[in-house]
Amino acid sequence: MRGGKFIANVLPPVLVLIVVTAAAEGIIRALAVPMFLLPRPSTVLQYMAQHPADLLASLGTTAQAALIGFFASAVIGMILAISLSASSVTRRAFYPYAVFFQTVPIVAIAPLLMIWCGPGLAAVAVSALVVSIFPVIANTLAGLLSTDPALEDLFRLHGAGRWARLWKLKLPSATPHIVTGLRIAAGLAVIGTVVGEFLVGLMGSGEGLGVRIVSAKKLGRTDELFAAVLIASLLGLAMFAAVNLAGRLLLRHWHASEQD
Amino acid sequence: MTSQAAATIDRSVSVRLLDLRRTFDGGVEALAGITLDVAPGQFAAILGPSGCGKSTLLRLVAGLDRPTCGTVELHPPLDRRRFAYVFQDAHLLPWRNVLRNVALPLELAGIAQRQRQAAAVDALEQVGLAEVLRRYPAQLSGGMKMRVSLARALVTRPKLLLLDEPFAALDEITRQKLDQQLRDLWLAHRMTVLFVTHSTAEATFLADRAVVLSRRPARVVADLPIDLPQRRDALLRASPQFAAATKTIYQALERGGA
Repeated sequence: MRGGKFIANVLPPVLVLIVVTAAAEGIIRALAVPMFLLPRPSTVLQYMAQHPADLLASLGTTAQAALIGFFASAVIGMILAISLSASSVTRRAFYPYAVFFQTVPIVAIAPLLMIWCGPGLAAVAVSALVVSIFPVIANTLAGLLSTDPALEDLFRLHGAGRWARLWKLKLPSATPHIVTGLRIAAGLAVIGTVVGEFLVGLMGSGEGLGVRIVSAKKLGRTDELFAAVLIASLLGLAMFAAVNLAGRLLLRHWHASEQD
Repeated sequence: MTSQAAATIDRSVSVRLLDLRRTFDGGVEALAGITLDVAPGQFAAILGPSGCGKSTLLRLVAGLDRPTCGTVELHPPLDRRRFAYVFQDAHLLPWRNVLRNVALPLELAGIAQRQRQAAAVDALEQVGLAEVLRRYPAQLSGGMKMRVSLARALVTRPKLLLLDEPFAALDEITRQKLDQQLRDLWLAHRMTVLFVTHSTAEATFLADRAVVLSRRPARVVADLPIDLPQRRDALLRASPQFAAATKTIYQALERGGA
């Protein structure tokens, strides 16, 4: 039953992947598209098979920055949301500045990050943080503000203080919202990292995937470029899936449908 | 038996409402001077048209809202933790299993884990749910959730039990079963009960007194004793006395503009 369900879920997208890849291979061969414009999927796979160590090292560098940025935005974002939820006055005063994180052009402030943090891991992780923190703040805040009023009454009736209400009622009630925020943040953290590496990494830090993309572009090595893009996408996907799994575990008792 | 009953009555509390008024910020007048005395250990049903301010009244008694003027007096003055409040829906915490949901009021009061678990098991036994301790709310039927909610109210051994249309969302059969259970629990504990409902039959079956409110702004239209046997069962619902009592309440509701 479980295995059957797994196959039913996984088989269709895998088939699509195989068909699309094969079609791309065929079309690029048939039209004889030059490699500097668009490499064939087989060339990209070949590159990956020939340089596994380099690519893995880049993946490690990027994953490290993305994970640090993601966890930092999870923790800091939740703390900020809790502070914002404390009163409507603080919310009105500070929320517009939280929106700043969503609208700030990371490309424009990356040089500034480099000045503040030095060209390296710290600047890249901060770039991931800046790009990914807003959905954590916005969703956590929405969750904290949508607590069931009857339950708030119940807690007040039984003499629960501020902290008991936060830990035993508001934060647990907000869990579905928080998971949604973290799911979005996971993907954004990888994007923030790669963009950060474009701008910061050039100045001579470790060879992250973003650095590899920029240098491959300069050398016209589209096979390397595609390989790096593919791996970065897989990293984003893996982080998204990990958050998804954690969310399912946390929320497994909430809905009858998620049982079993 | 008599002395035991006296002892339990001694544990409960009288409620005196004096010219209680509540006007909301928007100028909506919910209560227009409610004066009411509920004796210790009495089971009083409060009826009225929907939206008439019954819930407001209950919230004022619970101290969850402040009256615009008038007073709520409890004798003897009661620690708020000895109140219990049951809402229209079960309002359980979906991330806690049944046992931990029921133990919640004691947890908030700072009672040690061992004691509060024992009390929660006891309360669940009283509502006939001892076998589902480890289940989660999502796995329970509507009626079971409501019984868990009732157990959560009983766990503090309340002296004053406030119920706000607790079974309104349930089907008729489940509702009658729960009415029976609540009546039996009250006979065993004799806490003071204020039970808000808009069902005349439910009020007749459960209560010893029916307080009928008018349309908003609410005032007391009628205060009717319900003279039926202490111990009540399903057969009583078919009796002429039951029908007569229900009719009297219904007529009072009509007068109040329901």
